[in-house]
Amino acid sequence: MKKNFQHLISTAVPLPIENIDTDQIIPARFLKATTREGFGENLFRDWRFDANNQPKPDFVLNNPLYKGEILVAGKNFGCGSSREHAAWSLGDYGFKVVVSSFFADIFKNNALNNFILPIQVSDAFLQKIFKAIEADAQARLEVDLEAQFIKILATGEQEGFDINPYKKACLINGYDDIDYLLSLRSNIEAYEVSREFNF
Amino acid sequence: MGKTLVDKIWDAHVVVSKPGFPDAVYINTHFIHEVTSPQAFDGLRKRGIPVFRPQKTRATADHNVPTIDQHLPIKEALSRHQVEMLTKNTTEFGVELYGLGHPYQGIVHVIGPELGITLPGMTIVCGDSHTSTHGAFGAIAFGIGTSEVEQVLATQCILQYRPKRMKIEINGQLKKGVVSKDIILYIISKISASGATGYFVEYCGEAIRSLSMEARMTICNMSIEMGARGGLIAPDDTTFSYLKGREFAPKGADWDKALAYWKTLQSDADAVFDTTLTFDAADIEPMITYGTNPGMGMGVTQHIPALEQLEAQERPSFKKSLDYMALEPGSALLGKKVDYVFIGSCTNSRIEDLRMVADFVKGKHKASGVVVWIVPGSKQVEAQAKKEGIDKIFEEAGFHLREPGCSACLGMNEDKVPAGMYCISTSNRNFEGRQGPNARTFLASPLTAAAAAITGKVMDVREMV
Repeated sequence: MKKNFQHLISTAVPLPIENIDTDQIIPARFLKATTREGFGENLFRDWRFDANNQPKPDFVLNNPLYKGEILVAGKNFGCGSSREHAAWSLGDYGFKVVVSSFFADIFKNNALNNFILPIQVSDAFLQKIFKAIEADAQARLEVDLEAQFIKILATGEQEGFDINPYKKACLINGYDDIDYLLSLRSNIEAYEVSREFNF
Repeated sequence: MGKTLVDKIWDAHVVVSKPGFPDAVYINTHFIHEVTSPQAFDGLRKRGIPVFRPQKTRATADHNVPTIDQHLPIKEALSRHQVEMLTKNTTEFGVELYGLGHPYQGIVHVIGPELGITLPGMTIVCGDSHTSTHGAFGAIAFGIGTSEVEQVLATQCILQYRPKRMKIEINGQLKKGVVSKDIILYIISKISASGATGYFVEYCGEAIRSLSMEARMTICNMSIEMGARGGLIAPDDTTFSYLKGREFAPKGADWDKALAYWKTLQSDADAVFDTTLTFDAADIEPMITYGTNPGMGMGVTQHIPALEQLEAQERPSFKKSLDYMALEPGSALLGKKVDYVFIGSCTNSRIEDLRMVADFVKGKHKASGVVVWIVPGSKQVEAQAKKEGIDKIFEEAGFHLREPGCSACLGMNEDKVPAGMYCISTSNRNFEGRQGPNARTFLASPLTAAAAAITGKVMDVREMV
């Protein structure tokens, strides 16, 4: 099934912690599956559940007040391991957008390759989003990929975000990198022939 | 204007560059392992396409393998299934596998270099962030996700934007008891866990030049821990003599031709870097981390920052981290009791690491109550250690030399540090739960880890060598 992403209005889940690494998003002991499905139940496993698999009531995903398809997190989100399982677990749980003031490179690529939109906002705007959600857990955010903005609907404050035009087109249209690369086959073969040191 | 080494290698590998599109970059060597590849092979099956250049991908089992009794079937069903899937997939798609029982098996970033598969000027990727290790040979090497593994299997290319370039120069000479792991922990502590995001780093300077290949690999390995996609070191005579005669390195006339090319692989004198950082090797002391990201490190004699030394906005995350570690802001770590010592991982599991530890512990015995795991990076490292009698030294010291794998670096197999315990570890990440749920990690060099094994405490190893 092809996915895509264009526009979203949703409440958001706040996680104002910096340097959330992919080991927190999905601990290594849950990487043993050989399919892409089912990782959502172990998303943030050790923050969500205690050693006896009981939900930790103080963790935001266990708080019924906070729901939505947008995760809002502190800076340097997704640092650490290249495991794409981190993106799969966020997507499987139901997140379509992650907002932070800074993303780790590999996570950003992995998210985009799974039609999850990472939106990098300024520190100041990130704090505004956190404040808006603190004031009202039902505060909604609007994300428009075509126009490249994110808006806090309650206050009308908005900020533009960057995305490279290629990935934007992929997300909007549900294109995939491999389709594009496969279309370059003759170029790839010509390159191989041209190289003196093709090891 | 001159070119940086990264740009030279990048330019030599661009297949198609179109405005508005990422570059299609050709990949010379693709490493895969059992954890991040099965979904990629499934993707090929769904598309009904083969592996485009199967001879350019090499596989090994490392992340999820037990480190004892590797000759027996893997006990844990899910792990066994994952390793079996790798065998099935590589057989079906015609990819060479160095699986359990193979004399070349080991941690993917240890075996690539030791087999001479990793060469200067190459582009190298793997579904593992520590692929940056291979940059030590003057290669562009970086970690990728599983969708990208599928891209490379399908087309031998990857779509990437050209990275920014950072130069990190380490001048002068290291002091006694200070090793390459300390250099990289020092750099990360200075620039933070995100300080090089978006960059490829070229390491240079006298202190880097005087390092062995294995020590250089330790530095490049942890480039990702400051957010850099990769790190590299221009090849030199140290590189060439390491490679000569290795299993898959070029031979005869091919070697001569390759060598002439490799000697051109340097940044031009007038190359412009987006950022340049300079440090003095003499300022570096043995390092240790105190928090839950690799940027939270300090000299072993220093004190953890007090809350007042931090910006207000940074304090909640800092406090959360120290609460996890059960440490007080402003306190010292010297003399702190440790429960476990882990010497291994793609950062520090090569023969020189084991030799360094063996030289230090020879004739000594581990402190009572400390569990010491030594996990060699590969079957070849293990065999060499036995040949040199290093295994006997470890045995006499009360250490356990296990079999090759990623082991307690990432707590994926059964080698986990129990909850609440402190482990001094030569690995690369001190994230919450990285070595097991609620395990607490201090990252350090093999020497500092060995000193902790003998004394049961965090020590300043300079006073012991």
